[in-house]
Amino acid sequence: MATASSPAELADATRDETSLRRFLQGLPGVDQVGVEARAASLGTRSIKKTAKLWAIDTAISMVDLTTLEGADTRGKVRSLAAKARRPDPDRPGTPAVAAVCVYPDMAATAVEALAGTGIGVASVATAFPSGRSSREVKLADVRLAVEAGATEVDMVIDRGAFLEGRYGYVFDEIRAVKQACGDAHLKVILETGELATYDNVRRASWLGLLAGGDFIKTSTGKVSPAATLPVTHVMLQAVRDWYDATGQLRGVKPAGGIRSTKDALRYLVAVHEVAGEEWLTPELFRFGASSLLNDLLLQRRTQHDGHYSGPDYVAVD
Amino acid sequence: MSDRVSVAKTYKLYIDGKFPRSESGRTYPVTDSAGGFLANASHASRKDVRDAVSAARKAFGGWSGATAYNRGQVLYRVAEMLEGRREQFAAEVSACEGVSAAAASSVVDAAVDRWVWYAGWTDKIATVLGAANPVAGPYFSFTVPEPTGVVGVLAPQSSSLLGLVSVLAPVVATGCTAVVVSSADRPLPAITLSEVLATSDVPGGVVNVLTGRADELGPWLASHADVNAIDPTGASPEARIDVAQQASATVKRVLTVPGDEPDWTRRPDMSRLRHYLEAKTVWHPKGT
Repeated sequence: MATASSPAELADATRDETSLRRFLQGLPGVDQVGVEARAASLGTRSIKKTAKLWAIDTAISMVDLTTLEGADTRGKVRSLAAKARRPDPDRPGTPAVAAVCVYPDMAATAVEALAGTGIGVASVATAFPSGRSSREVKLADVRLAVEAGATEVDMVIDRGAFLEGRYGYVFDEIRAVKQACGDAHLKVILETGELATYDNVRRASWLGLLAGGDFIKTSTGKVSPAATLPVTHVMLQAVRDWYDATGQLRGVKPAGGIRSTKDALRYLVAVHEVAGEEWLTPELFRFGASSLLNDLLLQRRTQHDGHYSGPDYVAVD
Repeated sequence: MSDRVSVAKTYKLYIDGKFPRSESGRTYPVTDSAGGFLANASHASRKDVRDAVSAARKAFGGWSGATAYNRGQVLYRVAEMLEGRREQFAAEVSACEGVSAAAASSVVDAAVDRWVWYAGWTDKIATVLGAANPVAGPYFSFTVPEPTGVVGVLAPQSSSLLGLVSVLAPVVATGCTAVVVSSADRPLPAITLSEVLATSDVPGGVVNVLTGRADELGPWLASHADVNAIDPTGASPEARIDVAQQASATVKRVLTVPGDEPDWTRRPDMSRLRHYLEAKTVWHPKGT
């Protein structure tokens, strides 16, 4: 369902807090039953043989290989970077992943390990994962990541402010972070698991797009539920409508809870059907995941070898 | 009321501690030895094998890591529960194998005894098969047996209970986890055994029971890279060759089995236990 917005209307929406609220509250409501049924029915599509192989390779090239643990070490980040470069060393045809996603203090290590490979370094920032800090601290966090050489910054929105209805505050914060990012791409994490309704997901998506986010991302991975298919549907609708209104292509990144190849293929079907074929590229669609990559590699081997593979044959991370 | 309509069951598979239908949706009728209808059983497919193997792999860490004493207790408990279902097992063995009620009873007795025999081995294997090795150097060298991993078991086609217990018990006694393909034409005792396992203390996924054709599923088990050993007892002679060839690609342990089914009432030995164990030898420096 396209929201009838012209560039002029969008410019008007961001004029002040009142017009922003009027715009976001005026977005059409999400048909919960409809979007869930559509997500479920698209999830049943069967993808086999060459189409499956293509989808697996595409999904591998879209992975943001992630490690966001308190126990992360530089060694772990380096080994993750090695895996990002060559996910399956026995099979040289395997594509590299899109990016490695780490905490800001690990960004420098990742940048060094990935120099010259073309693989991006994404760094979470803005007091990830809760986003509960002052704006100065959040912006300092972003600067730390950007100065370390991160090419992508994953920020979290202030869900508290969003749920209170202080849309202008959230908007200004995303704007400020976008400015601090410089050339780095900005991904705006909505943390949909805390937004409670699909209507809120749609509002937060538009808010993120209006404020200049290059990507909108479902979740931090630290809150359950993380990414779900219906939520991703709503976000894909938002980027498609944004494209219709402005001609700009913005991306979507589901993160957290996507562990199997089957799940990943369902998301790719959703991308194709809801947003469109041009979104089936790592520039516009990413998976935030860690264990997903191993399953993709196992399924890739199964397709090539003609028999089932096992976890003994891929690198543990 | 003699005109009561009989309740014909359609049994399901036993995977990961649950009873799912076959992914393929296939079933087949099970008949007694005289050709009378007994029940429907699920006809497992390649993808059921895949699911069962991943369940077995998931369960392996916990089961192999349990203490030998604990594994023994869990298996003794299974024997108790087998004993509790004597009547049902005897009736199924009698119907499936076409033997008299008395003969079926003695088969059930032997099966329970066989299970107890293997349960007793859990905490004795390391003593018997392990060693402190005499080495010419300042080292303390010792060898311990460790479970090999996920085992594919093609259960005997004729002996539906005693044969099944004789091939399955040694696998779980060592700490391995099993994917069992039951006798195709006589699956009922295997299904009842899976109901026993589901209500006993054996963790889900340690034993997975598929009803179907060993010749169809055997090669998929043999080629699966995440299966570590295979017992081809229930496969036809031609299929055994296929199984061995497929298994060689991933260096699986393939049990050498006689051409025809052996007499399962014969006293077993340790050979099956030994087959599912790997020897780990540790050299520990001592002195200066």
